[in-house]
Amino acid sequence: MTEASQQEVIYRHSGAVRVTHWVNVIALLVLLMSGLQIFNAHPALYLGAKSNFDDPVMAMRPMKHGEEIVGVTTIAGWNIDTTNLFGLAYMPDGDYEVRGFPWSVTLPGHRDLATGRRWHFFFAWLFVINGTAYLIYSLVSGHLRKDLAPSGSELKHIGASIWEHIKLKFPQGDEAKRYNVLQKLAYLIVALVLLPLMLATGLAMSPGMDAGYPFLLEIFGGRQSARTIHFIAASGIVLFVVVHLVMVLITGVWNNLRSMITGRYVIKLPEGQA
Amino acid sequence: MSAKPKIDRRGFLTRGLAIAGATLAGGCDSELSEQPWVKRILDKAEALTYASQRALVSPTALAREYSEAEISKDFKANGSTEVDDDGYRALAANGFADWRLKVGGLVGQPLEMSLAELRAMPARTQITRHDCVEGWSCIGKWTGVQLKALLDKAAIKPNARYIVFYCADDLGETGDDDGKYYESVGLEDAFHPQTILAYDMNGAPLPIPHGAPLRLRVERQLGYKMAKYVMRIEAMDGLAGIRGGRGGFWEDRGYEWYAGI
Repeated sequence: MTEASQQEVIYRHSGAVRVTHWVNVIALLVLLMSGLQIFNAHPALYLGAKSNFDDPVMAMRPMKHGEEIVGVTTIAGWNIDTTNLFGLAYMPDGDYEVRGFPWSVTLPGHRDLATGRRWHFFFAWLFVINGTAYLIYSLVSGHLRKDLAPSGSELKHIGASIWEHIKLKFPQGDEAKRYNVLQKLAYLIVALVLLPLMLATGLAMSPGMDAGYPFLLEIFGGRQSARTIHFIAASGIVLFVVVHLVMVLITGVWNNLRSMITGRYVIKLPEGQA
Repeated sequence: MSAKPKIDRRGFLTRGLAIAGATLAGGCDSELSEQPWVKRILDKAEALTYASQRALVSPTALAREYSEAEISKDFKANGSTEVDDDGYRALAANGFADWRLKVGGLVGQPLEMSLAELRAMPARTQITRHDCVEGWSCIGKWTGVQLKALLDKAAIKPNARYIVFYCADDLGETGDDDGKYYESVGLEDAFHPQTILAYDMNGAPLPIPHGAPLRLRVERQLGYKMAKYVMRIEAMDGLAGIRGGRGGFWEDRGYEWYAGI
């Protein structure tokens, strides 16, 4: 058996999927970092229409702890000391600065709400245009139906797929030519739930859009709830990206990267299948 | 040997990703944001947002109005919360009895109105949500005179495009007019039924931290549009000649003129 017969090169990702994927990567990175800049202008989240300043569901703020001033993150009534991470950070000279997220993860990298907003809304437009193009392509080309929608039998065997993932055993051969059921569900949840939710909750924070489309306030339970959901959905996307990157790394980083750049993906065929 | 080019390619990719990452994440971004060409490109989004919201939202669509029960107990006062000026303090000490609102610019009939005269005009009361650009919201009850009624009374001229509001507070702390708060709105917002000059808040005369004796309410935009301590209103055909030329105190400091989002 020669080496060549043990692998097969398939064309995995269409040009449209590759381009919209990378545009989305850039847009989401800028949106996340500028979003954290905007969040830092008032690092607290509330439920309902208005901000009950005494009762945030989440807040990053300085608090007195004896003689010391510490950074505290409050989540649903729990106070967690997050000094130097969230809420408050000490400088090398012993002075401290009150802020939510570290400036190293915000855009710009210093306090500048006005510029953060400009980055955010510009890349929000790029995200919307790119995402719309992707969804239209996916519907028209059949990408959504053929590659992403899980079949009934796949859903039935989801337990087995979860168990295989836990054992870090990934599909080989013909099975590796298509997404497995967990991949399909993860991509569908991101593309059809989390990302559209980011847009909808973003628009619900707009006083202009709220006047024209009051249902934006109804569906999320008020502007401050929409802001909280915007933050949670963004956290969900960050979680997805972390898992996605780990999976890319452990299932063959160069093969995966090449397939999202050139479209070509190498399948290793098990003995006997070649 | 055959593996060598592969390593180089990896090295190149790694370096490329590192540079891209550093540019975005590592502090270069602060300088990137200062580049005039970057600012010019990012600015394009504001025009797109403005045009889209104007196309998608009817000029007469009203901002949500809330019930008495939903009024914030602790309505945050932001920006200036007092006016550090002897003239203003003298007016305040006398309950603003000697204060006069001047209406001028491109009008056929310039006005000087006392608080009593404004209160004698038909009033509108609305319980609305105030959305600060920082992210928080408070709900308050506002009573005042519709800006449209005042502009009609002053016989606004057809070539007017903007209404500019000049305020008493020196938020920029420059000690001269350059640091004083000002704002502007277009005619669609100026004539909107919920655009009022409020003299009462939550059923009592407007407190000083919230802009006594008169503040603007533009309910379909963010809080910084709603100028406090309004002293003078002018109808203008452009904004270029006024202070920083961008139509407002915060606009001159990088914020969007259209604050609908």
